Amino acid sequence: MKKPNLALFAMLPLIALQPARTAQAAADPGFEIAARSDRSDLGFGESEVSLTMVLKNAAGQESTRSLHIATLEKADESVGDKSLVQFETPRDIEGTALLSHAKILEPDDQWLYLPALKRVKRISSSNKSGPFVGSEFAFEDFTAIELNKFDYRYLRSEPCGELQCDVLLRTPRYENSGYTRQIAWIDQSDYQIRQVEFYDRRGDLLKVLDLGDYRRYANGVWRAHLLAMRNLQTGKQTELIYGDYRFAVGLSAGDFDKSRLSRLR
Amino acid sequence: MNGLRKLLAPLLALASLASAADGGGWTAAGHLSARSRHFTESARWPGQRAQPGRLSLAAVADLRWKSADGDQRASIMPVLRRDRGDQEGSLTDLREAYWARRFGVAELLLGIDTVFWGVTESLHLVDIINQTDAVADIDGETKLGQPMANLALQTGWGLVSVYLLPHFRERTFAGRDGRLRPPLAVDGDRPQYEAANGPRQADFAIRYSHYFGDVDIGLSLFRGTSREPRLLPDASATALVPHYDRITQAGLDLQLTREAWLWKLEAIVRNGHAGTFAAAVGGFEYTFYQVKDSDADLGLLLEYQHDGRGRDEPVTVGDNDVFAGLRLALNDVQDTTLLAGISYDLETSGRILNVEAERRIGEDLTLEFRARLFDAGRGDEALRAVDRDDYLELGLAWHF
Repeated sequence: MKKPNLALFAMLPLIALQPARTAQAAADPGFEIAARSDRSDLGFGESEVSLTMVLKNAAGQESTRSLHIATLEKADESVGDKSLVQFETPRDIEGTALLSHAKILEPDDQWLYLPALKRVKRISSSNKSGPFVGSEFAFEDFTAIELNKFDYRYLRSEPCGELQCDVLLRTPRYENSGYTRQIAWIDQSDYQIRQVEFYDRRGDLLKVLDLGDYRRYANGVWRAHLLAMRNLQTGKQTELIYGDYRFAVGLSAGDFDKSRLSRLR
Repeated sequence: MNGLRKLLAPLLALASLASAADGGGWTAAGHLSARSRHFTESARWPGQRAQPGRLSLAAVADLRWKSADGDQRASIMPVLRRDRGDQEGSLTDLREAYWARRFGVAELLLGIDTVFWGVTESLHLVDIINQTDAVADIDGETKLGQPMANLALQTGWGLVSVYLLPHFRERTFAGRDGRLRPPLAVDGDRPQYEAANGPRQADFAIRYSHYFGDVDIGLSLFRGTSREPRLLPDASATALVPHYDRITQAGLDLQLTREAWLWKLEAIVRNGHAGTFAAAVGGFEYTFYQVKDSDADLGLLLEYQHDGRGRDEPVTVGDNDVFAGLRLALNDVQDTTLLAGISYDLETSGRILNVEAERRIGEDLTLEFRARLFDAGRGDEALRAVDRDDYLELGLAWHF
């Protein structure tokens, strides 16, 4: 029987999250810059997207996964988004699904559906820094984009490609992070994150994330469609190639209920 | 493999017309697998073949349909298995063949399906809807498709699922020439039923499941023909025949999920074989994430099994046993996992050692290894029969 460890998979879709304010906001423009960027992704209601994940090792060998993600945005800022990730490939884990109910301060609720056994399993969500399906993305790279999970400090402004960017230092405030700090480049025209550097627990530069192919949808929401995470210490790389997002697809809370997991397909 | 791709081309083409994710249509998938089992000791009981090996080839197809509006779905999952090494090991089954339709908060499913209930790892006490394909594997996780009408009601206070099960499926057993059987082989073709209508007597089940914060709960009630038979000697005392009693079983499954801890409990009360008995299995799984700065996770599992059934009731191995196990997930590109565990009977010192490992090769192949070792200790009756049936198994599957 199949028991793939998908405990690591969580939450690709939770990139858009709730704005919040911290006491430091007045002192440093870093928070306002981050908040402005965050707000440009909000108010989408619900979305669906298919994506391909390409894993490359240092020797250039590739492995791909395809997944489908549905997200339900919660308007209430004290409650997190709900998301459902379904795997289409690799074939041996086809139909495997991960349901997440994100929380703001408490641990998220997560359930895994294993189609070979038709088993729904509640899983622990305390694994923040572990790899996501063998990729260079960690759990927290998806779940921790929430504004008030970091402290911010404005560093400088500088050109980033053809754009001008504000450069922010952000420090995780949540427990169990694998990072001591991150440096983010946010452009001044569309307020989107263009690059992030991740520093490990020893303070060394571990990974660089490039976000590209930004498109603005009819509802005014921006989405990046190409994310490339390079691990500078291992030479491995993971690319996420997103298809078109579909908004207002008629999803409701019932589609993100635990009881729906065994009846998805 | 190319030949098979050609053979399946029309189905795959049909599937690609519209993938389920895009709002409806057919999808086709499946796998072909080969398993080779090697017994490390010679057979013990009369009639068992001398050859130490068993080869099993299986094909599983998985055809699914979803309507464009997403309200209807259907599935057909035929299973074909050919076994060399056990005369009863071959199987033709439909694990799924159903149509389901949603009506608001309700879903009605008609046809054959497989349903799993429960939370624990070492034993599945609560799980009762589907019959076990015991000749395929002794772990009770391979199931036969169950005909049913199922109404699932999704409410704000949980899921209520009602099952009408119109036809009973007989358990599969190792043949007279096969291993992993009692001293007398079970003749599964001569079942006896308490129910007047035999396998055509309908069964009924209801289950409520929900979660409250970090607690997940399931409550179930089953009234019908026991999936577990009593094994009785036939008139000539040369074989055992399965006797299926009518039973009533109430079940509870509970899990508390707190940080890296999973606390689990399953409990049942059953009446109908000879009297009433209760059984329970409970324990925890604790996971160390990214051990020693690697990507790997290591889980520790500990469960206790208690079963109060009497001598006139179906035999169980897990009556007063401790299970301790390790689960290793490397979290690599190949999803390499290993589960190793031992069940130890506190009364008889009987032991079962179980190792399961799995790894993907390339994109479409998976390799699986299993080892199961039995030791009857101080005369553990249930284990004495299989004391010499230690085996190693290697399986390769191609997924399409």
